[in-house]
Amino acid sequence: MDDRRLETMIGNLLRIGVLLAAATVFLGGSLYLARHSTDRVRYQHFTAGGASMQSVGGVVKAATLFNSTGLIQFGLLLLIATPVARVALAVVGFALEKDRLYAVISFIVLLILAFSLIRAF
Amino acid sequence: MTALTFTSIVLVLSAVAGFLGSLTGLGGGVVIVPALALVLGVDVKYAIGASLVSVIATSSGAAAAYVREGFSNIRVGMLLEIATTLGAIVGAILAVHISTHAIAIIFGLALLQAAYQSLFKPEHDTGSVVESDPLGTRLRLGGTYPLAGKSQSYGVRNVPAGFGIMFGAGTLSGLLGIGSGALKVIAMDRAMRIPFKVSTTTSNFMIGVTAAASAGVYLNRGYIDPRIAMPVMLGVLAGAFLGTRVLVHAEVRTLRILFGVVVLALAIEMIVNGCMGKI
Repeated sequence: MDDRRLETMIGNLLRIGVLLAAATVFLGGSLYLARHSTDRVRYQHFTAGGASMQSVGGVVKAATLFNSTGLIQFGLLLLIATPVARVALAVVGFALEKDRLYAVISFIVLLILAFSLIRAF
Repeated sequence: MTALTFTSIVLVLSAVAGFLGSLTGLGGGVVIVPALALVLGVDVKYAIGASLVSVIATSSGAAAAYVREGFSNIRVGMLLEIATTLGAIVGAILAVHISTHAIAIIFGLALLQAAYQSLFKPEHDTGSVVESDPLGTRLRLGGTYPLAGKSQSYGVRNVPAGFGIMFGAGTLSGLLGIGSGALKVIAMDRAMRIPFKVSTTTSNFMIGVTAAASAGVYLNRGYIDPRIAMPVMLGVLAGAFLGTRVLVHAEVRTLRILFGVVVLALAIEMIVNGCMGKI
């Protein structure tokens, strides 16, 4: 495993992740428009409503029920997960290259991301 | 407005933003927020949530191509991501506590900088170096990139300064829901003397990771509304994809000037509205 192969793997992982996320968002969006296209919408005032859309658990539950906004939000979670997976893969890649310094650096980035995302669970 | 009308308008606006953003290299996020806030009256908090999501999409979507060309430097990216992700968390927490008026004004200032860059950007190397300084050497940050068919090696300097600027770039990203690619490029190209092409592609590579760090806070606070983020993400992604296809043929200079003028107008609108408390 050299840097070049590692980078190609990471690049492909990112692309697949984005495509998967976009497909899920598109599916949820289509369902949403099919069911709610004539709803009146106003987003002038921020209301942090809908706890089911604000936690990973709530989103997954809504998505498995085939709730349209739940599916969209699940797709967005997939999207947020792609860079995280990228960092995780870099940790493994550097470890396989026996590059201890950069394995540790990548792991620190992963910890920071985990710290941020843990709030969402 | 019905959900169908809203979705259609946002989809078109986002596609145009993504298209222009990828052509000019400034990213789509920077015009999405003012477009949503000023044109459709969407609350800034929803707008920055949707924008942040689109930033991750374009960064991850474009990274695959850049990596294949061998420009981005993964070690530099990883090291500096420690700074940008920490900054992003700080920025996202600030965004929760600062008033939307203040966010609008800070956003306007960031837009002013983007307009300046679009209109008068120096697109040349600021002088890369072959040798790294001692810290750059110890961290093995130097690398090679393809130049005129050959592999050109380069060194990396001033790591602490680059790290500091990156923390600022991360904070701005988390506060405004943008990629802040311009500031990332300044940190690498100007401060650390990394070749321009390597700086821009590595910056693009880092933007997604930086944005993911504030996404947790945004999601938890309800900033990411699926009904708004859906057309923004799909539109920006489609526009950016189209942008990379025509990049080779387009007359970019004229587009940059056009984009710069639009961004300048948005900057003034945001600052005026923010000051008058309308946003």
